[in-house]
Amino acid sequence: MTQIFAYIPFKNGSADDIALEYPSAAEKIDAGAGVTAVVTGAGPDLDGVANELTQVYSQVLKIDHGALSYPNAEIVRKALLKVLPADAIILFPHDTFGMDLAPGLSVKMDAAYAADIVDVEGIEGTTLKTVRQELGGAVSTHAAVDLSAGAVMTVRPGAFAPVDAATAQGCVMDKSAEVGDLTAPRKFIEVVEAETGDVDITKSDILVSVGRGIEDEENIEMAEELAAAMGGVVSCSRPIVDAKWMEKSRQVGTSGQTVKPKVYMAMGISGSFQHMGGVKGNPFIVAVNKNPKAPIFQVAEVGILEDILEFMPELSEKIEEMSG
Amino acid sequence: MEILVCIKRVPDAAENEFELNPAGNDINREDLVYSVNEWDNYAVEEAIQMVDDLGGRVTVVTVGDDDDEEILRREMAMGADNGVLLADDAFKGSDGQGLAAILKAEIGQGDYDLILTGAQADEGAGQVGGMLAAMLDLPYASLVNKIEILDGKTIRVGREIEGGSQEINEIQLPCVLSIQTGINDPRYVGIRGIRKVAKVDIPKKSAADLGLDPAGMGEAGAKTRRVDYFVPDAGGGAEMLEGSTEEIVETLIEKLKANGGL
Repeated sequence: MTQIFAYIPFKNGSADDIALEYPSAAEKIDAGAGVTAVVTGAGPDLDGVANELTQVYSQVLKIDHGALSYPNAEIVRKALLKVLPADAIILFPHDTFGMDLAPGLSVKMDAAYAADIVDVEGIEGTTLKTVRQELGGAVSTHAAVDLSAGAVMTVRPGAFAPVDAATAQGCVMDKSAEVGDLTAPRKFIEVVEAETGDVDITKSDILVSVGRGIEDEENIEMAEELAAAMGGVVSCSRPIVDAKWMEKSRQVGTSGQTVKPKVYMAMGISGSFQHMGGVKGNPFIVAVNKNPKAPIFQVAEVGILEDILEFMPELSEKIEEMSG
Repeated sequence: MEILVCIKRVPDAAENEFELNPAGNDINREDLVYSVNEWDNYAVEEAIQMVDDLGGRVTVVTVGDDDDEEILRREMAMGADNGVLLADDAFKGSDGQGLAAILKAEIGQGDYDLILTGAQADEGAGQVGGMLAAMLDLPYASLVNKIEILDGKTIRVGREIEGGSQEINEIQLPCVLSIQTGINDPRYVGIRGIRKVAKVDIPKKSAADLGLDPAGMGEAGAKTRRVDYFVPDAGGGAEMLEGSTEEIVETLIEKLKANGGL
């Protein structure tokens, strides 16, 4: 069987959490295959991460090059194409970096592409049965992936159980000399950090979070009233920011803020994985939604099938009455 | 500026409750409400605004069948100048790479400065833009939430990355970009606009028109195939509160008290 490679993103000298999740995914793809971690970058940060990864992976492939000091997807792709075998299986996280790089790499490798894998259900010959979700998590599907000419896959962060670190005593292989010229027509300029808004939702123990179910900008006032009654603040899901009804700094999710409240009131939020990816720390989640099939009901502790526009005012009123 | 925008007709996630068909090999498509993929609407709006500023034309294209003509007309009512329908039985069952190959063939018949796709569609893969760029050997950026034209040959794009931050890149034209929601405010399309384009001729192209060999297309050429649909086991699953709203509110308040919410 082909070698499985796992691309490890890192930031500020630490490997991304997915570094501990790939081994579980690889085990399900082919328990007998070797798994090689791949890291690209420049300088001491890269060395530190590569060494750290030897505790998890038996082989760590390192590409150290000045052009890789920022993970520009086009340059990383070029480097990977120089060092990967033609029929490699390579895993990326299904995040903004993986989505930028992986589809094009599959074309250049002439390999199969499987996006956003949440589970793997075995292999028959060279066909791998994978599980993914469609329609915002409303339905799941099995997809058959032909591995005979290699495959590029993106793995959903958090979908596979993390393994314990410090189990391997791997070695680092330096492939830096093999990559040659790494120029690309896309030039990285800078990262503009998110603006901090008037309210820091990451600091609140209680969040009343609104989604599409709020229907209209004016209705956000109802959520403000409920949050005030509960002593929390209002946050939101992506569509509310896209509609420009709330500031980006109030958005919870992988493309917004990561929050760790004690109580998370998901009001009219369907619960896509991008949204729930921003809710950490195992809070008490209350979901109010008109749609009984909303994926949020799979992760919430308490579910209520109601229209939030009718439910929120009643709840606020009762809490206010109680506190006199 | 000649801009091509690749669009897709999808079941509207906000308007439908999805159920499986009795055979379990598809969702029940009877009575589903379809619309333009949300991300594509932002891509078309962005293209129209660029052409308004710089001159040029916007063409919208989709791979599908006769039913998909309606979304081409909708985006033309929005302001796109041309629509093209790529339809052939041989295209059915194409994976992302198959779709990208079909779109590449159409792009080869034109002369475009910029090719846009939505960042993702109903399948949630976010794959076609990146594949298309690789096949065309053009630069690519995904999840774009800002475009600034610098000098007619170079653009500066902002990409959405984790935590609400933005990654700024400079890219040479022609290039392929996948557009993230929130980049603009897509305009409203009224009935009058739809009527205006109701009779416009929309060219329909087959595999032969595009110079593609039907034998390696569609399901036959796909390296990744959807086998079936299923409803996943509910994780822990919420305790659903039932009764009158008043009763539910009372129970909820007790639970909130017990869990630090009040």
